[in-house]
Amino acid sequence: MPHLENVVLCRESQVSILQSLFGERHHFSFPSIFIYGHTASGKTYVTQTLLKTLELPHVFMNCVECFTSRLLLEQILNKLNHLRSSEGGCSTHITCETFNDFVRLFKQITKAESLKDQTVYIVLDKAEYLRDMEANLLPGFLRLQELTDRNVTVLFLSEIVWEKFRPNTGCFEPFVLYFPDYSIGNLQKILSHDHPPEYSADFYAAYINILLGVFYTVCRDLKELRHLAVLNFPKYCEPVVKGEANERDTRKLWRNIEPHLKRAMQTVYLREISSSQWEKVQKDDTDPAQLKGLSAYTHVELPYYSKFILIAAYLASYNPARTDKRFFLKHHGKIKKTSFLKKHEKITSLVTLQLLTLVGHDDQLDGPKYKCTVSLDFIRAIARTVNFDIIKYLYDFL
Amino acid sequence: MFHGFQFVKMSSRKSKSNNLIHAEYLSQVQRILRERFCHQSPHSNLFGVQVQYKHLIELLKRTAIHGESNSVLIIGPRGSGKTMLINHALKELMEVEEVSENVLQVHLNGLLQINDKIALKEITRQLNLENVVGDKVFGSFAENLSFLLEALKRGDRSSSCPVIFILDEFDLFAHHKNQTLLYNLFDISQSAQTPLAVIGLTCRLDILELLEKRVKSRFSHRQIHLMNSFGFPQYLKIFKEQLSLPAEFPDKIFTEKWNENVQCLTEDRSVREVLQKHFNVSKNLRSLHMLLMLALNRVTTSHPFVTAADLMEANQLCSMDSKANIVHGLSVLEICLIIAMKHLNDIYEEEPFNFQMVYNEFQKFVQRKAHSVYNFEKPVVMKAFEHLQQLELIRPMERTSVNTQREYQLMKLLLDNTQIMNALQKYPNCPTDVRQWATSSLSWL
Repeated sequence: MPHLENVVLCRESQVSILQSLFGERHHFSFPSIFIYGHTASGKTYVTQTLLKTLELPHVFMNCVECFTSRLLLEQILNKLNHLRSSEGGCSTHITCETFNDFVRLFKQITKAESLKDQTVYIVLDKAEYLRDMEANLLPGFLRLQELTDRNVTVLFLSEIVWEKFRPNTGCFEPFVLYFPDYSIGNLQKILSHDHPPEYSADFYAAYINILLGVFYTVCRDLKELRHLAVLNFPKYCEPVVKGEANERDTRKLWRNIEPHLKRAMQTVYLREISSSQWEKVQKDDTDPAQLKGLSAYTHVELPYYSKFILIAAYLASYNPARTDKRFFLKHHGKIKKTSFLKKHEKITSLVTLQLLTLVGHDDQLDGPKYKCTVSLDFIRAIARTVNFDIIKYLYDFL
Repeated sequence: MFHGFQFVKMSSRKSKSNNLIHAEYLSQVQRILRERFCHQSPHSNLFGVQVQYKHLIELLKRTAIHGESNSVLIIGPRGSGKTMLINHALKELMEVEEVSENVLQVHLNGLLQINDKIALKEITRQLNLENVVGDKVFGSFAENLSFLLEALKRGDRSSSCPVIFILDEFDLFAHHKNQTLLYNLFDISQSAQTPLAVIGLTCRLDILELLEKRVKSRFSHRQIHLMNSFGFPQYLKIFKEQLSLPAEFPDKIFTEKWNENVQCLTEDRSVREVLQKHFNVSKNLRSLHMLLMLALNRVTTSHPFVTAADLMEANQLCSMDSKANIVHGLSVLEICLIIAMKHLNDIYEEEPFNFQMVYNEFQKFVQRKAHSVYNFEKPVVMKAFEHLQQLELIRPMERTSVNTQREYQLMKLLLDNTQIMNALQKYPNCPTDVRQWATSSLSWL
């Protein structure tokens, strides 16, 4: 398949193994094939492209989308029905509640002229979710060829290894195929492939080199890297666009982009801010530290007294009881006393926000005990807003 | 159909026409062998189970011809040939004239009929009695089943047709409520109502423990064991027979060449080593079929015969360590976290750890002067930690609850030290300082 190599990069050996496994249309193949590899290593893409290019009758299912057995089985049958009656004409929706019905209906559908004498492929993506569905689904699909006595092969795609799928009493072992992770050279090749036409390939390749230099030790996920490449390219091109440097001034370009990428790692990579906010930052050239992030501390606006209750809870949770006298005798007048009822409401609202949690049983009516579950950074941010230096009061920092 | 040797005489066109012939024959070879390896075609021979086969076929004949009721369990590990045995026996049985007209078969499978209601409907369907049952409502399972069997009675004779029930994944039926189906089937097989043969296939050796007392007492306690009890010499013979082409193959010369090649393979030392390794891991024929299928995949028109190298490659593919493969694709930061966890396991003797502990251990490494390149922010390290959790390389000790913060949740590492060190050896471009840190956590030595 010459043009397949242009569409599917760096995966020649996996493509050829799969092709030889599929064999000729009417030949039998392994009843089940289990393909595993890291996320974004091309499993879904290669399988889909190969099946489409070779025009083999297949049904592609995602186990996250079809999370109950009924959804999964019905969709498979309906898609197969569409395959066999490809001349249009809307056929009735098939319902299927159990695996027993599925096998029976499957046998009926695959008797059709357009589907018999050919291997039918069922691809189950994100197959790790099958383990959480009904217990007979996974072993049933592994032996579907035997149960239905038809020429069918089921492919399982997952990032979890096969040993974690095997049921207790064993099952029909599939053929296990590994999709290796991309090497740094492969990543460079694939990322450089989607360079925008206005700039030269070398220019883009140099940019990808810098990007990988910053991110490769942390993350090898192709999807993440592509996302970061697209987001940060305008900033990289900025000096060239403004006329301050030309395409070959690698040092200047590097000096411009490197701090920006480092900041990206702390914000966009962690999904602390959204990509649209990031793009705005680049355009307006504002300092990203001033941006309102998506994380907890900037979004929770607590009323004044609740903040003090939270600080008190934190101190109570983390300071040993005997040190309380030492910290609090002198300053005890600072915190005003509010009425008891209001305090109780504020505490329940803090529990709902999961800043405090209930420790012990609900039926302890006279003294429910709470624990503060916020991190040090969070409580410091809160304390800062009320001008309270919490560090002075923490035992661990003495 | 041209004969091979006609083309062989014309030497100038020999290689090209040989190629054409090969292509067509190879396609046929693929078809036959694939059916044999993947689909368990019924023409395969029985290896080493002749005694069990005789036992089974006798039992079936007694039910089918003499009207005697029987029950038997066929027990054997996965891939030992239980389904193949029963299918072979049924095929031979149906070749007897009076049997094929009389005897009915019902095939049930524990994976498909997950409760007794579905099982009963399936039985009705397979006995073609759906019209007879119609809309009747029955008080109990037993009533329903006896109605079905009554309906099979022939008009003039008082005895009914013999029915053979084959229950695959028999142990799953033992998990149904009250084991109603099993109780009723065995009950009927003990009482003389209908000639019934109940044949259960299971991989569980302790199947009798799973049966309730009343079910067990009605079972005849006949068991046929298939234990893959052949040795390596017989394994070699099976290998040769499975890979050889049958005599009915259209071209005699090609068949001879192919089978001769197979004979050479059997005598080749490296092939024997591969087979010995495979045999030591798993004796059953299913895994042998997978090996042969992988070797067959490499057969093309330019490479028309299976070679020893093909078998060695196939063995490599079959015996990869999958966790090591996953570790191979981790980022350097994730590898550092795994090494930090390894050190914690060594110091605290496999006690569970949490993210904060791993982070502190990692910081000890980072704070050495030369390693500031690994000084990542804590949230970035947390994201790497969560990725490891997603890959199921680390596992929380108990299910995530809101009561503890994520950083303090106790986890366990699911890799052992040898796996980690082996994976590090193969890790591409592993930085030397990381590798050195892995071998020793002591920074001041």
